[in-house]
Amino acid sequence: MYNQSRSRIVQIIFVLVFMVILGQLLHLQIFSGKYRLQAENNAVYRKIVYPDRGIIYDRKHKAILENTIMYDLIITPSEIKGTDTTSLCQILNIDTAEFRKRVRDIIFKNSYVKPSVFEPLLSPELLARLNENMYKFPGFSLNERPVRTYPFNVAADVLGYTGEVDTGFLRRHREEGYEMGDYAGMTGMERSYEKALMGVRGVKRYIRDNRSRIQGPYENGAYDTSAMAGKNLYTSIDVELQQLGEKLMNNKVGSIVAIDPRTGGVLCMVSAPTYNPNYLTGNQRRKHFSELFTDPRLPLLNRTVGTQYSPGSTFKTVVGIVGLTEGVINEREMISCSGAFYGCGNGKPKCLDRGTFDFTNAIAVSDNTYFATVYKRIIDQQRYGSADSSLKVFNNYAYTFGLGHKLGIDLPSEKKGNIPISSYYAKIFGSRWVSCNIISNSIGQGEVQTTLAQLANVMAIIANKGWYYTPHLVDSIEGGDEFHLLDSFRVKHYTASHITEKTFDEVQNGMQAVMEFGTGAAAKVPGVVVCGKTGTVQNALNGVKQKDHAFFGAFAPRDNPRIAIAVMCENAGFGASSAAPIASLMIEKYLKDSIAGKERQDKAEAVAKMNLIPERMRRAMDSISNLNRRRDSLKLIKDAQKEMSDTVEVEDRAEQEQRTPTDSAAKPARQQQAPVKKQPQPAGKKAVLQSPATLPPDEQQRKNSRKTKP
Amino acid sequence: MSTSNGVNISKGIDWTMVLLYAILVSIGILCIFMVEYRSGTSWVTSFLTGKTNYSKQLLFAGICGLIAIFILLSDSKLYTAFANLLYAFGILLMLLTFVIGKNINGSRSWIPLAGGFNLQPAELCKIFAALALAKFISRQDIDFSKPKSQIIAAVIALSPAALSILQNETGLALVYASFFIVMFREGLPPWILIVGFSFGALVVATLVVEPNLLAIILTAIAGLTIYVMRRMIKRNKNLLVFILLIWAVCVGVQRFAVPYIFNNVFQCYQSQRIYSMVGKDYDCSKNRSAKNERAADKAVKKPDDYNVRQSKIAIGSGGIVGRGFLKGTQTRGKYVPEQHTDFIFTSLGEAFGFIGCFVFLGIYLLMLFRIITIAERQRSTFSRVYAYSVASIMFFHITVNVCMTIGLFPIIGIPLPLISYGGSSLLTFTILIFILIRLDADRQMVLR
Repeated sequence: MYNQSRSRIVQIIFVLVFMVILGQLLHLQIFSGKYRLQAENNAVYRKIVYPDRGIIYDRKHKAILENTIMYDLIITPSEIKGTDTTSLCQILNIDTAEFRKRVRDIIFKNSYVKPSVFEPLLSPELLARLNENMYKFPGFSLNERPVRTYPFNVAADVLGYTGEVDTGFLRRHREEGYEMGDYAGMTGMERSYEKALMGVRGVKRYIRDNRSRIQGPYENGAYDTSAMAGKNLYTSIDVELQQLGEKLMNNKVGSIVAIDPRTGGVLCMVSAPTYNPNYLTGNQRRKHFSELFTDPRLPLLNRTVGTQYSPGSTFKTVVGIVGLTEGVINEREMISCSGAFYGCGNGKPKCLDRGTFDFTNAIAVSDNTYFATVYKRIIDQQRYGSADSSLKVFNNYAYTFGLGHKLGIDLPSEKKGNIPISSYYAKIFGSRWVSCNIISNSIGQGEVQTTLAQLANVMAIIANKGWYYTPHLVDSIEGGDEFHLLDSFRVKHYTASHITEKTFDEVQNGMQAVMEFGTGAAAKVPGVVVCGKTGTVQNALNGVKQKDHAFFGAFAPRDNPRIAIAVMCENAGFGASSAAPIASLMIEKYLKDSIAGKERQDKAEAVAKMNLIPERMRRAMDSISNLNRRRDSLKLIKDAQKEMSDTVEVEDRAEQEQRTPTDSAAKPARQQQAPVKKQPQPAGKKAVLQSPATLPPDEQQRKNSRKTKP
Repeated sequence: MSTSNGVNISKGIDWTMVLLYAILVSIGILCIFMVEYRSGTSWVTSFLTGKTNYSKQLLFAGICGLIAIFILLSDSKLYTAFANLLYAFGILLMLLTFVIGKNINGSRSWIPLAGGFNLQPAELCKIFAALALAKFISRQDIDFSKPKSQIIAAVIALSPAALSILQNETGLALVYASFFIVMFREGLPPWILIVGFSFGALVVATLVVEPNLLAIILTAIAGLTIYVMRRMIKRNKNLLVFILLIWAVCVGVQRFAVPYIFNNVFQCYQSQRIYSMVGKDYDCSKNRSAKNERAADKAVKKPDDYNVRQSKIAIGSGGIVGRGFLKGTQTRGKYVPEQHTDFIFTSLGEAFGFIGCFVFLGIYLLMLFRIITIAERQRSTFSRVYAYSVASIMFFHITVNVCMTIGLFPIIGIPLPLISYGGSSLLTFTILIFILIRLDADRQMVLR
């Protein structure tokens, strides 16, 4: 047998080719991992099951933030043949061009066969009208979608809102399983309790075929996870108090914080002006949001924690406590004021009531000279060596009152206030600065700044005589505090230990006197011993002096304090006229569950009607509404113009149509010419187009019939 | 001889081959089952109703079994005697398709039979060509080392191919190229294979390398060759002419022939398939047939490599051990087109991974080697040539089909022997193999 060796060669060729095949298989199956991934992307469809977000309750277990169902109008473009487009457009109040544009966009974005949202979050009226007519619209369906709703329309700034996550959010929360299109809490408690509220999302995996049709669960659901509803939050908020607060703060710029001093639980938190939180759900969300965003009164700003002010005379309570504790003064010592404080030689600050006052009366009439003297003595104490060290001592007291640092309240974007430190003054006045440089701090002006929540907390501390829990909104989380969000609210904080109870008694005496015969007489609550302190804060904006801010801090009842409250109205003038009555009404409402007597109710109505919006904001609002009006009228004009031009066009068309019957034969002939046009004869085409105008009708007819023959 | 023939047909039968055959057919039915299987539907009922492809394939296998027994019962002398006649019959059938042919998937290569079945004569012609080639080479007056007989053999092998091309069945036509392996074994000078291989390399290079760069490279090679062989050239001027001629042909192929074929001979989708194999995109606007269609105002659909991509994903997602029986998502989602026929290998690759593919290809290689062993033990040239034909045809089918699914070869419709769904293909290979087994059983006889 010759050619035996060729048999070997043939065998070698076979083996070599098989080796090449195996090599490629190695490459495909073992060394490149992308194919497995691509197969999964092809075939596994992950459907996210969104859990219900947690509900937020007030202290009486009324839901103040819960979920409701709204409906989206869903379109499946491949199935809309036969839909009554005209009536759908009518119901949705869009024109057919808009309809076609939307359908085109949807097909472009999300394919021809997949369902997409055509109109999100239908209003109830729209839903009702659509529901009646759905049979006319094959390819459209109504799909439910859970939406947040605020049954009492209150506490917008506190509760916050959810919003669609953006790329920045996704980057910050990379490991937490958010995806594009998800909603997350953006402000308020929605944000700070996002972890508890969001629940656990479920994922269902399905197999889909080459046309994206679902074939059944993937691996029989072995990798599916079920959704777990978000946890409900039980807050300390009293929704009726909150409602009253928002009513009283109507047409004012300012805020109210009320705290239960025994627990640190926030009873109400009003930031005015506020807005209806339901504005930011539903399909008008975007429009409302931009309205709120451009409002010069900044309704989206939570003024209770997000703005810091000089606390004014309310700060005198702290100065007094430090003075008594440091022993630079005792409660019986009398200091007289002849119209101003001359301890620093410049007659500043002035005092309003001339006379001689002991500690109690000094607080009662808010005597500037008294507290300037006390503050000067604190800073000038010999035993600490220098003003620097003395200020440090003073500041350490202030810090234990929860000032100068963030309180740690359970709301985002809290400001920390400001307790100025010596290095700050050293920069301004040089290292040898003295107490007189910083004397305005004594009466809560100058560099001292607090948030209103901090001020309410100071009231709670005085009420408790030396301790507080960090103010917080949430008392408990249903099913346990898995994420340790509430731990910091269980820690009892004490003021400096050597502040005696007697010192607090003296301050409380003074604050009681404020209500009985002092600056806060207007804020008495019938039958309740209230301790309070007014504050009137000079302020300037961009160097222009503005009307004073009105402050009022109080707690009640004195023996068994159940509410500590701080109220402030921006640019409202003297503290006793606006802030104090608001506080008094709030205290009464909380302690007695209602406002009793016609006189008090009338007072509430009167306060609610009082318009204290600062002049500059009013002007800005006016100019904005002017602008909007002008824009609206401009739009009207444009619409009118468009309408006019539309009708003009119609007339033109009518003219043309009138003309055509005269040479009726030309029209069908023209249609038949279409294929002829396709041939590349630009000159001939031109001639054909010109012909109807240039030739007499019968001539045209001939010409056209000649053209169409071939 | 005659006594034993009637009494014991199993005498001399190579049972290894029969076993390998049975294993492969079973794997084939299993693979088709994997492709057809839908969770939720009871496969027993769908199997019994006979509507599914795997039950049909089982039916075909049964018929093929009967035919195999029939072949084993037959007399091996029959095949030598009728070889030329069958070949003529086959060619006639193929010519007949031009008259009564049925157009299936764009190729006029089917003859409709009763009961909805269709016959593809080109498939059967492989058997007839193998027999005829064996008959021709085994003729005593033929000296296969002479070019004349080599050319006649090539004509016998390639005439069905030419007819296949006319039927628009390029894939089947290519199969006949496998007869060159047989002829190589019987003494075809090796330079033909080398030239063929070089030509293939040149075409691939043309596709991959920038035209001008390739021309420069070819020129450089020619120059280098002349420089190296300058002494020999001095002695023999013809050599220089020969080298320059080769250079001219290469550059001509590269610059003109290949682009011409791609643009004017192939359809747009064919060019695209070849280009996508080397990872490139073909510009269909250059293609003449595409231009014609556009001129005729038909929408020209841009072909893409969806098939290969999905096929590679399916196989690649198998990994080392595969995704498991009936667990492949590509298969269940019907992502791979024509998966039960030409792309059946993907279901295997996805379900059983590299190990599965390795074992499967091992079985094939075992079968090929077994056939070569059988070929080499034949005393008659006829049997040997026929055996080599069987090995070559199978080898070519396996290689092209598998390479096509893993992206090493452009997509042409060639089934995987004994595995792919389809009666024609299964029947052809059954007949091919069992004639071989019959011939081998009678290897003591000297057949002419």
